Amino acid sequence: MTAKTPEQITNDLLRPLSGISAPYALWAALLAGMAVAALYAFFYQVYTGLGVSGLRSPVFWGFYITNFVFWIGLSHAGTLISAILRLSNATWRRPVTRCAEVITVFALSIGATFPIIHLGRPWLAFFLFPYPSERGIWPNIRSPLLWDFFAINTYLISSVTFLLLPMVPDLALVRDRSTGWKQKIYRAVALGWTGTPRQWHRLETAMHIMAIAVIPVAVSVHSIVSWDFAMAPVPMWHSTIFAPYFVAGAIFSGIAALILAMALLRKFLHLEEYLLPIHFENLGKLLLVMSLLWFYFVFAERLTTWYGNEPSEMAVFWVTQHGSYAPLFWAMVFCNFLIPFPILAIKKLRTITGTAIASFTVVIGMWLERFLIIVPSLSHKYLPYRWGTYRPTWVEITITAGTFCSMVLLYMIFSKIVPIISVWELKAGMHEEPHALRLAAQPDRVEAD
Amino acid sequence: MPITSAIYGLFPDASSAERAMSSLDHSGISPKRIVVMSSEPFDEYSFSKMDEATPMPWLAVIGGIVGGTCGFLLARLTQEAYPQPLITGGMPILAAWPTGIVTYELTMLCAVLATVVTLLISTKLPNWKPELYDPEVSNGKILIGVLEPSNAALAEIENRLLDAGAEQVKLTGRALAG
Repeated sequence: MTAKTPEQITNDLLRPLSGISAPYALWAALLAGMAVAALYAFFYQVYTGLGVSGLRSPVFWGFYITNFVFWIGLSHAGTLISAILRLSNATWRRPVTRCAEVITVFALSIGATFPIIHLGRPWLAFFLFPYPSERGIWPNIRSPLLWDFFAINTYLISSVTFLLLPMVPDLALVRDRSTGWKQKIYRAVALGWTGTPRQWHRLETAMHIMAIAVIPVAVSVHSIVSWDFAMAPVPMWHSTIFAPYFVAGAIFSGIAALILAMALLRKFLHLEEYLLPIHFENLGKLLLVMSLLWFYFVFAERLTTWYGNEPSEMAVFWVTQHGSYAPLFWAMVFCNFLIPFPILAIKKLRTITGTAIASFTVVIGMWLERFLIIVPSLSHKYLPYRWGTYRPTWVEITITAGTFCSMVLLYMIFSKIVPIISVWELKAGMHEEPHALRLAAQPDRVEAD
Repeated sequence: MPITSAIYGLFPDASSAERAMSSLDHSGISPKRIVVMSSEPFDEYSFSKMDEATPMPWLAVIGGIVGGTCGFLLARLTQEAYPQPLITGGMPILAAWPTGIVTYELTMLCAVLATVVTLLISTKLPNWKPELYDPEVSNGKILIGVLEPSNAALAEIENRLLDAGAEQVKLTGRALAG
């Protein structure tokens, strides 16, 4: 079997950018329709008031904050994983990194909208900005919500630049192969990239520095999101385990989202020769490790709570173990551990389909986990006469569904505008490991890197 | 009226580009006038070893220090900006740990921004009208050229490029000499 030539690689990876098929247009229209429905629900809530949501005393954090935590967690798919793989010089990372980094940018953008949706009066979001207002009120630096503001913006800006910088050489590639108005647009966004040694060295140095910087930022973001809860004296929240528990959960859901995205891209963009079984095999192993780590954290948290037998915490503990939230709790355990563990642990099952199924259940399980962290604790605080329940309304459900559809839609649009696999990085990898692309000719072969 | 004149060859692979570079080096042409362009980095070849030194890591550190200082001042000054005396129920006005979080986030943000700014300035991007470029580079060809060659040297450079394995030799800004 012969290896792919650089010319073939370029043609293959730029092929998805040309033309829109009928199924693509249909899917895009359906997803856009859901996004518009979510927008309608949001404006209905703005016009009518937050009362149209299911948020009632004592549960003031429901679907919106669940989604916020979930999407911020999912954003760890990209920049963090990509940075770790870059720094560890994992050669198999090359087709994976951009797929991952795109998830970060879109998931983070979607996640960051939820606190604003949750405000009820989104036009007052500027209260968070440290500006000298006439009321003499400054942002409260002690509030974890303000830490979110700094952390999420830092992570978003870092992630956007981490995605955009290595895209520039590929945009130049598209610029040189396009015509008309498309060429004008790509000429503008390629910034006049020519590919001199100076440009390559500076780009690689910048990516290295940013990879170093972005890892602690990613860890800090989800730690700070966890402190939104852990800083409050609420049963099952006020815990030192929360920051690492959230970070591990974020990486867990992030890897799952990445595998799912890669499986879909592989199928629909016909990238079978680039997104190889070995990529799913390696990411599947990572997912397995994170599944075990997630179970370890859940067990440690549950055991400590149960052993402490503190009445207010036990109320939350039991309502999730065999109370009204038990079906969701056990569904979460099944989705995050009992289903993915055997699939990922048994080599024969760790196929593309297997890892995609495991990832799908993990994404569902992690959304449930975020919900179960938030709602049962708020509905069972210290005084039993204040206990309550939470039922999401159509507004919250529509907005939630709409953001999932928006994520897929944004990803679909992006993959039609920019090569979803970094062309130059893949070609550069051929110098270091010329055998790698020969694997492309044998897509069913799984080989340890 | 062309701005720049240059002669360059387009090479199909890194080995021939390496030979061309070596040949141009031996001809006594100033390395500052030699231009290399490729659609991918060739770190393992000597023609790619130009301009490696960069203060970018140090500038990122300086950016981080500036950002950290701004973050600290922002957190501290906004906490002290409330009209005094502020009744806090015995709690300190300045919250040390949260100040650390804001300081840390702005440190990292400014380090990243300093890196990006350094990258853009040192690579002279954006530059929508580069001195020399050939779209064939995007097709995998490696461009090795000489900026502002003297008329007397044109033929010799052309020969050296062709001898090294250039598929094409092109001239910009003036007619090909004799």
